[in-house]
Amino acid sequence: MNKIANRVKQIEAMAQKTGFPVYSEGKNPLVRGKIATPRKELQQASPKLVSLEEAIRQSGLKDGMTISFHHHFRSGDKVINMVVDKLAEMGFKHLHLAASSLIDVHEPLIAHIRNGIISRISTSGLRGALGAAISHGLMDEPVIFRSHGGRAAAIANGELHIDVAFLGAPSCDSLGNACGYAQGENVKSICGSLGYAKVDAQYADKVVIITDSLMPYPNTPNSISERDVDFVVEVDSIGDAAKISSGAIRDSKNPRDLLLAQTAAKVVINGGYFQNGFSIQTGTGGASLAVVKFIREKMIEKNIKASFALGGITTHMVKLHEEGLIERLIDVQSFDRGAAESLINNRMHKEVSANEYASALEIGSAVHWLDMVILSALEVDVNFNANVLVGSDGVIRGAIGGHPDTAADAALSIIVCPLLRGRIPCVVDEVTTLITPGTSVDVIVTDYGVAVNPNRPEIAERLKVAHVNVVQIHDLKEKARKIIGDADPLPFGERTVGIVMSRDGSVMDIVRNIKDK
Amino acid sequence: MFIPGNNPGMMQDAHVYAPDSIMLDLEDSVTLEEKDAARLLVYNALQSVDYGEIEMVVRINPLGSPYGHKDVQAAVKAGAHVIRMPKTETAEEVVELEKAIEQIETSLGCVGRTKIMAAIESAQGVMNAFAIATASKRMMGIALGAEDYCANLKTSRSKEGAELLYARQTIVVAARAAGIDALDTVYSDLNDMDSFRAELRLIKQLGFDGKSIINPRQIEIVNEIFAPTQKEIEKACAILAGIKEAQKRGSGVIAVDGKMVDRPVVMRAQRCIDLAIASGIITKEDVYE
Repeated sequence: MNKIANRVKQIEAMAQKTGFPVYSEGKNPLVRGKIATPRKELQQASPKLVSLEEAIRQSGLKDGMTISFHHHFRSGDKVINMVVDKLAEMGFKHLHLAASSLIDVHEPLIAHIRNGIISRISTSGLRGALGAAISHGLMDEPVIFRSHGGRAAAIANGELHIDVAFLGAPSCDSLGNACGYAQGENVKSICGSLGYAKVDAQYADKVVIITDSLMPYPNTPNSISERDVDFVVEVDSIGDAAKISSGAIRDSKNPRDLLLAQTAAKVVINGGYFQNGFSIQTGTGGASLAVVKFIREKMIEKNIKASFALGGITTHMVKLHEEGLIERLIDVQSFDRGAAESLINNRMHKEVSANEYASALEIGSAVHWLDMVILSALEVDVNFNANVLVGSDGVIRGAIGGHPDTAADAALSIIVCPLLRGRIPCVVDEVTTLITPGTSVDVIVTDYGVAVNPNRPEIAERLKVAHVNVVQIHDLKEKARKIIGDADPLPFGERTVGIVMSRDGSVMDIVRNIKDK
Repeated sequence: MFIPGNNPGMMQDAHVYAPDSIMLDLEDSVTLEEKDAARLLVYNALQSVDYGEIEMVVRINPLGSPYGHKDVQAAVKAGAHVIRMPKTETAEEVVELEKAIEQIETSLGCVGRTKIMAAIESAQGVMNAFAIATASKRMMGIALGAEDYCANLKTSRSKEGAELLYARQTIVVAARAAGIDALDTVYSDLNDMDSFRAELRLIKQLGFDGKSIINPRQIEIVNEIFAPTQKEIEKACAILAGIKEAQKRGSGVIAVDGKMVDRPVVMRAQRCIDLAIASGIITKEDVYE
């Protein structure tokens, strides 16, 4: 007789042998029993859906722990200030704030640092009053600066351990399926890719999604899966929609930008990598956007198509994609509304995490497969080193971003930089702060000529054949010096206010405090 | 390319856009209060900025104004290649400028260094175009200044430029008769590059050697219209190579593609190559290697 009752002994024996418990109805507390409530009602009562204060309490956050944020909302972001205000109100101290980047709108952090709520910061960059205050010695602990790829790698390998991630999301359902936009639904704001946040969601001990557009389950597609999310907090507003995704950046009419762009385009077209199936990344400055325009004309003329464009994606790149000139877009951060909307509309527009984008430690990260990148810089020096973080006045005013990642891994890395900005020389003997080492920079495009790294004589040859004005980097530096003269040394103090991490996890440089003159 | 003489930033790097000629202006773009400061700036720019092979022009204030002679002095001393005289109406004015230049050059020991370009900006100037063009051996070109000319004519500028046709043709003919350059007026609407192109095609056809511009963004378009085509360049190269070969053999006449090549053809070929080099299509090395 083959009945369960007759097999009990055998079941028990096998359970004992395999180490599993014997089944008993309702015995495992992790498995939910049957509930008869209509599911729409049940979703609204999702146990993950709590207030911000409750999420913080339940997350187990303690003094001294690490909290993280992303900067996909740019200057529209309200999440960081909202959460840190709440943490201050709840009496937390000595927290480590690890953001993918910090910008002007995060100026209120200055008070929280003074009050001891935040005592350590890790970020890609600092701007505005916060950068200035930290440069002047606001913090006891130096800020740790990492590139986007470097941060993702540090989180993945545990060097940067996140206890609780607070991640703003333009759309999320009550179970935590979060996205930077929403398919077919009206949300208050869209930011497109949530590439930087995806890393935090994957590796943080606890993940809190903060949204102002709570979607019906299931919120599809999602950037962040409910599997990685512990709490969902609904708020009135995560940020200023107009600033989270601005309209397409207008084409520059500045003659200098256009000259730089035209020259950079010549380098792209004649550098040896402009062939069918090439891949490219460009920035968002006036010159970078204009480069796209010039390259586009040449792609059409020569019937050349790109396999993918990478990085921060802009409306300019989307247009080329929609014209069929770029097959795929790989997007860690959507720079404007057009790019964010393209993620909704274009199937070949792919959202990737910062690890998939630029980690030095992942073989598959997209930068490893990049032919060309066009970057800008605050300063470059005669050894082709670049600085994108600290201004010529010694004040932290920029962000590392993906600069060293893309420069190191692209087959041809091009930095576009005017020789002078007002009375500030941009080609100098030695950069104020070393961010991207010269060994990874191949070409520097200025309005006074193009310098090619001596490591890449073949590129210099190709450019000369194409009548590009190839000059020596030392001559550029001399030209700048002749026009501007020699600057007084910067009044740096003895304290270290910033540590620049290389993308491989080693210390590359330090930033010292700047003294008032 | 016109650069206001009171803008050090623009004077500093105007040359990176590689115009054929830079005109530092002391006249209309500088207010009365800034005349002296601008003169000093222009003087120092010419002395200290490395403009390379670009032709440097200074537009002075009228000699009859309190600034004109001071401007000439500063421009000649600083080594400007050309002085542009505004609102030129008669040959006598050119002679007056020539005398002023010669006096300064004599004191500097560099007689003959500075050339003159006259801007014709009135009906009287147009009527005297040939006399102006031939008033001095220093004359290198005459240029149309359309805004003042239209005001003087009691009309206004149109896109098609019908009101300028007579002046343009008169200036080109006068310049050709005098063996100097004819330069066309500025086009100020930077947001209408299509009309700018159309105007360039017109003045090229009329025979002008070039056009005054007010923004580096216009340079590429001027080059595009004035630049010879690849076919024209190849033909010109063949003609010049043929002539070189013929000279070696001691013969002055050759045939290219079965057609006799005489002096005007060679001159056109040389002009074509010069233009191609100026437009950046080819380099000197390409032709003369």
